[in-house]
Amino acid sequence: MLQVSDLKKNFGGLPAVGGVSFEVPAGSVTALIGPNGAGKSTLINCLTGVLPADGGSVRFAGEELVGKPAHAIARCGVARTFQNLRLFPRLSVLENVLCGLTPQAGDSFLGALLRLPRLRNRERRLMLQAMEAIDQFELTAQASFPVSVLPYGDRKRVELARAFVGKPQLVLLDEPVAGLNHAETARIATQVRRLQSQGHTMLLVEHDMDLVMNVADQVVVLDSGRCIARGTPAEIRRNPLVLEAYLGRMSVTA
Amino acid sequence: MTGREKILYFIYFHRTGLTVLLLSLLLGLFPLLQDNPYILGLSNLVAIYTIVVLGLNLFIGYAGQISLGNAAFFGLGAYGSAILTTDYGFWPWPTMALVAAGVALVALVVGLPALRLSGHYLVMATLGFNIVVYTVFIQWDTLTGGPSGFSGIPYLSVFGWEVDSDIKLHYLVWTFAMICLTLSLNLVRSGVGRGMAAVAGDETAAAALGVNTRVAKVKVFVFSAVLASLAGSLYAHCFSFVNPDTFGIFASVDFVIMVVVGGMGSIWGSLFGATIMTWMPEFIDVFETYKEVIHGLILVVILLFLPQGLVTGLVDAARKRFALSRGRHAAGQ
Repeated sequence: MLQVSDLKKNFGGLPAVGGVSFEVPAGSVTALIGPNGAGKSTLINCLTGVLPADGGSVRFAGEELVGKPAHAIARCGVARTFQNLRLFPRLSVLENVLCGLTPQAGDSFLGALLRLPRLRNRERRLMLQAMEAIDQFELTAQASFPVSVLPYGDRKRVELARAFVGKPQLVLLDEPVAGLNHAETARIATQVRRLQSQGHTMLLVEHDMDLVMNVADQVVVLDSGRCIARGTPAEIRRNPLVLEAYLGRMSVTA
Repeated sequence: MTGREKILYFIYFHRTGLTVLLLSLLLGLFPLLQDNPYILGLSNLVAIYTIVVLGLNLFIGYAGQISLGNAAFFGLGAYGSAILTTDYGFWPWPTMALVAAGVALVALVVGLPALRLSGHYLVMATLGFNIVVYTVFIQWDTLTGGPSGFSGIPYLSVFGWEVDSDIKLHYLVWTFAMICLTLSLNLVRSGVGRGMAAVAGDETAAAALGVNTRVAKVKVFVFSAVLASLAGSLYAHCFSFVNPDTFGIFASVDFVIMVVVGGMGSIWGSLFGATIMTWMPEFIDVFETYKEVIHGLILVVILLFLPQGLVTGLVDAARKRFALSRGRHAAGQ
């Protein structure tokens, strides 16, 4: 579904992503792992148009994504979450999730001003869709609360709900359990597994190896902007290059 | 569901529409209770300012940008209507629409490059635009009457009735204000409005949700200019006299203060801000004498303690407190 080939991104001559290629098959979960500074977040940002890529190609469902602005990529059906939450703190949980349905809500400014019956019906439908997502992510009791009062773990789930509410074809999850405690991590892991069993295609960037090994169908390992390994979780666990990147040369030879 | 519950549900689901209706009713009765022409004139001014502030509030609160140039659009609307109807004999109503369309075009031309800028740069760009427009009003005296103003603007007429008394004007301008209020309420409750709120909250996230942030900002900017222009046309026909000083940069600053007092992103707050800031100098003498100082103080104090604006800040705090207490309650069960 997603084919990344030879993707490059430099920051002032320093290659943050230096020619990475991999593929995300439809209906599978691909995990992207690597030590800090390996270029995982940069890669995600290039895929979603937050940062312009310097070279290479990203094909998604037959379309080229490199060169498209972020909003156009989102409208192709690519949703994402952010490593450091990017919610709208003043809006309620429901409103935040509804924001995930902006493309479905229509773009007509005049129509919005006049609030014609057609639009009103559509709004009602979207509201139900948003409430359904809120329900699935176990946020029903907090639906009307402003996001700023929620604990961090709940906010992470709000962002997931916002990403999934529009039924995107591909979701990029940038460290969904970073900074969460054990119970909250388990809760998110359950959600990710549920989404996986529903056939969602996901690209998961994560440091939490338990989660990665549990849910990923395929693991791609980045180190210093390069792809050093690719395979099933079991293969990756045994790969000496991966151990080296993560633990350092000494630990492997010792 | 019992009958009483049904009524409560109805009220809850239609709370916005019902509030608008109730307010319209009260405004309809207002001249019966209060026929002092001075008070009515002031109330008419509130209605006109409300229209400007609604647009500016959408721009500040929903595009996350600040414009110090909306008095220029207000002025262009006023002078546009004044000159075309008085000197060239155009019909007032179509002229109003024509001028608004022209102002929308001007806003588009100004907005496209200016909205590439953000923060202080945008403030400076809009401020500069206002100064240019103000200077034109002063200098091009063969057309605008120069510093002494432009008088003899004809009244509007509705179905052959000339709107020439304060009471008739009251109904006219408040009808306009309530229509603009309703349109703005519709807008913020739509997908387009949520997209705009997303842009104000976090541009990167908004783009990742499929909102074209630049287009969204330009659209709101143009809309705010159109509202200002309509308000300007009404102003010209209402008072049949316009003067450049009404449309200078201090007027723009005052509009921003009205937005801040009302609360950024609050439609009802726009009405509140325009009302408070117009009435206060009339009732508190100190206010009249030290207007600029007090306005500045209000702005600084509000932005320091409630950066979202007075009403919005208080409402946000109340919502937070309510949510927290309910959260604790739920946790306790």
